[in-house]
Parts: sequence; C-alpha cells; structure tokens
Amino acid sequence: MWEQIRSNQTRSAVLVAGMGVMLLLIGYLVGIIFLDNGIGGLIIAFIVWGIMSLVGYYQGDNILLGMARARKISHDDHPRLYNIVEEMKIASGLERVPDIYIIDDPAPNAFAVGRNPDKAAVAITSGLLQKLNRDELQGVIGHEIAHIKNRDVLLMAISSVLLGTIVILAWYATRLMFFGGMGRSRRSSSSGGGGQIIVLVVAIALIILAPIMAQLIYFAISRKREYMADASSALYTRYPEGLASALEKIAASTTQLKSANQATAPMYIMNPFRKEKRPASNLTSTHPPISERIRILRSMAGASFADYEQVYQKVHGVGRGVIPASALALSHPAGLRAAGAESKEPDKIEKMRETSDLMWQLGSYKTITCDCGTKLKIPPKFKEPTVRCPHCGRINPV
Amino acid sequence: MIGVYVIIGIVVVLLVIFIAIYNRLVGWRNQVKNAWAQIDVQLKRRYDLIPNLIETVKGYVKHERETLEAVTKARNLAQQAASAGAGERGKAEGELSSALARLLAVVERYPDLKANQNFLALQEELTSTENKISFSRQYYNDSVLKFNNQIQMFPSNMVAGMTGFKAGEFFEVTAEEERKAPKVSFT
Repeated sequence: MWEQIRSNQTRSAVLVAGMGVMLLLIGYLVGIIFLDNGIGGLIIAFIVWGIMSLVGYYQGDNILLGMARARKISHDDHPRLYNIVEEMKIASGLERVPDIYIIDDPAPNAFAVGRNPDKAAVAITSGLLQKLNRDELQGVIGHEIAHIKNRDVLLMAISSVLLGTIVILAWYATRLMFFGGMGRSRRSSSSGGGGQIIVLVVAIALIILAPIMAQLIYFAISRKREYMADASSALYTRYPEGLASALEKIAASTTQLKSANQATAPMYIMNPFRKEKRPASNLTSTHPPISERIRILRSMAGASFADYEQVYQKVHGVGRGVIPASALALSHPAGLRAAGAESKEPDKIEKMRETSDLMWQLGSYKTITCDCGTKLKIPPKFKEPTVRCPHCGRINPV
Repeated sequence: MIGVYVIIGIVVVLLVIFIAIYNRLVGWRNQVKNAWAQIDVQLKRRYDLIPNLIETVKGYVKHERETLEAVTKARNLAQQAASAGAGERGKAEGELSSALARLLAVVERYPDLKANQNFLALQEELTSTENKISFSRQYYNDSVLKFNNQIQMFPSNMVAGMTGFKAGEFFEVTAEEERKAPKVSFT
C-alpha cells in the first residue's frame, strides 16, 4: 500500500522530463541567437540550472521557511500541534518526526518542505492553528505528511528549480533582444537569407512561450499531487471529514497570505492567491478547485485509496483516475472512524489566546502572570528589575 | 552446447527472481516488526502516564476509589501481558482502555479538576497517546495484512514456503468500549 509513490513518480517524471527538454531547447535557442553557437547556449543553461539546483537542494527549505518567516517550535510550545504531527508520523509510517514551524499570519494555510523524509518540516500559520479543532488539524497535518511521504516535496523542488531556470533565461534573453543585444546575430545573419530570419522569429517566439509552457506543466504536476495527498490524508486519519471541514474553513477565509509568491504557491495546502468563484479545472491554477476536493472527501464510502478513486472517477468520468494502478492494487478496505471526542468546536477566545501567547513566546517575550490574573508580556529588551501591572497596579519582579 | 547455455540462463534468471522476492519479503517482515515496536513504545508511554494521572486525580475525586483502583489494576495486568502475543495483549490493553474511559467519564463531574493545569496537560498527553496507540495499531495491521497477502500469493508464497516465513498476527483490541469509540472521551 505504501508503494503508491513509485508509479506516481514515473507519471510525474515524464512531466519533469518535459520541462527539462524545454530548458535544453531554450538554452540552445539562446545560444543560436546570441552566440551563433547552440552548444554554448546549452552550456550556459546547464550552468545556471546546476547552480540553482545546488542552492535549492541544500538551502531550499531554509530559504522557503525564511521567506515565510517561520519559527520552529518544540513539544512544550504547543503540545497539541506537536502531538498531532507525531500521530500522523506514526499513521504514515514515516521514520522521523518532521520539524514543526509556525508562521505568524492570520491567513489560514500550511505547507511542507524538505528534500527527503529525514530532513522534512511542516509549517502552519497561526491563523490556521487557531481556527481548527483537533480532527481538522489532524487532516491538514496528514495532508502535509503525505506530501513528505510521497516525496512530492522533492519533486516540486526539482520542477520549481527547472521552472526558475527557464524563466530566468527567457527573461534575460528577451531583455537583451529588445535592448540591442542582438548585434552579434545581426552581423552573422548578413550572409544568410530569409531562411535564417524565419528561424530567428521562431526562436524568439519559443523563448517567449517557453516559460508559460513550463509554468503550465508545473501546475499540472502540482494539481495531481494535491489529490494524492488528500487521499493519503484520508487513509492515515481514517476520517476524511476532518480534512474536508478544515478545507472548508480555509476556503471561507478571505485573508491573503502575506509571505507567499507565485513560485511558492504550489507548496501550500491551499492556493494562497485563489480568487472567489473561479471556474473549475483551470489550466493555470496550482490547486484543484477546493469545492471539488471537499466533495470528493465527503462522498468517500471508506478511507482507502480505492474509495477515493471511485468518487474521483464519479466526478471526472470513468477511466480518468488520479491514484496510480499500483497503489490501487495494494489498496485494502479501510473503514472510517467516528469523530474524535475532542473534535467539538474549539472555544474561539481560548484558542486565540493560546495562539497569541505562543507567538509572544516565540518572539522571546517573557510572560509573567500577575496576582490579579493579568498576563504581562515582557519584551526581550526590557531591562528594569520590576514592572507595574497596568490592571491592578501591583509591582511584579521581572 | 546452446542447450546448456539456455539452461544455465534459465537457472540464473530464476535465482535472481528468487533472491528479489526473498529480499522483498524480508523488507516487509521488518516493517511489521518495526510497526510492532511502535505500538510497544506507545503502550509503555501509557503505562507511564497512568500513575501521574492517578496522583493528580486522587486529591479531587475522593469517592471514586473503585474506579481508580480498576485503572491501576488494569494497568498492571496489561504490563504483565506485555511479553505475550498480539492476541492476548490486545485483550489486556482493551481492558485498560475501557477502565481509563470510565475514569475520565467520572472526571467530568469534577469542574475543579478540569481547571487544573497539570490535569489539562496530562489529559492532552493521554488523548494523544490513545490516538498514537490506535494509529500505530492501524499501521501495524496494514503492514501485517500486506505481509500476509504476499506470503499467500503466487509466486511469493513459494519463496515464503521454502524459507519459512510465518504469517503475522493482527493486533485487535477486544474490549467492547474500545471497539465502539477508539478514542478516550474527555471533555
């Protein structure tokens, strides 16, 4: 059952290979236009790609977490979240508990990073943390752990590096063309005839189109992975309703994530740039329509991959499955469980307080509880030996 | 001469297939073992949490001596059954789960206790441990199912038969309460 990843990888590998071919093509064209030498362009493309891959492989997760301003937490900072990640780690059979990061942002969202399951991390915004009950949080974390377990994170990293390289090469190539960098190629084409001009025009058109094509492929890879991660989350938790209702809550929020951009969008559980009532099956979206994801999860008769596949085919037409055949072959019946006892709606105020306390604490503020019950948050720069409670006037030692 | 080469070729191919299947079976058996170890870790954690829980609860629920004793007894019995097979152990752990569920239902009636920070922290740990037990059981049973299927299915059943692989035992928790609600009800 846990080998589903392999054949899913071949399917995605074809798409990634497509992007690779596109990179080679654009390198070659750049070479022809600017250097009169296709091989030279290939070498440039290869060097740019190599540098970006190395940086992405060794520093990718740090860059991403840094960009999102995520902060690492331990068990004592937020026992419930930590425990839930541990529960999902056990359910998925992952070897190591991923690092857990919190992003101080009211927009509810989450993502996973890490080049392999031993060096993975999940990040969740404080907004999401305070909105969800335990079962919902379990569904979301299950989804993120599935991305780690299915090696989606690595795949997305590889394809985003490819995409980045293509975009950078195309960007510089078009800028150079428009701002007079084409002198060299004009000189060389003086000896040629109309044939060479046609080649040039086609090359330019391709250079402009390549980044768009690459982006479409990138989105296609990402969308497939989302369905697969939803199916895995349902299987781990045996409770698809948890993820469904979490997605509903996330979709209902209108807050936009501050720290996301187009390149990091596919990492999140929910597209951070989604617009309301966007048409279903959009080529340019990184995520499947949320209403459809919810509907599939809610219609599942059991928790197994086969159940997910069945509903998916009902929505998309028979024969257009999303779970690879090898995973289905190993799929076995898995019953649904009842809602957890702790899954009653959380006390909103209490949860908000809990999350904001956590954010203060992560900002290395010290918390002192005054005798009157007021919690005083002392900033790290505060040097006085005592502080006066603004509520009751008592003097508290720091 | 060609005939000899063909025969050698067939033997080599068969040998390679045999080795590949054997290695895969070993991999799955290790996964089952590993999954069992996971359950073990969580069950031990539950044994460790219970004395703390009893200590914390004792002061508040003076009239529930029987319930408390039942939990302690079930815990000790479960700990003794720890070296037994999956079937017997499942039964003992089921008893413990239902004794715990009864205690935590009783606790509902004591609002003072539910405001105790120490108790709340313990409650979270216990809830999560119960979840971890059921998730590790789920993973273990999935692994056993997969392993057993391979042992029974052609062609790996031939390799398994020749090399003496034995089917794994499922870990079922037998107490009624546990089957109905795999989670302890707290709040």
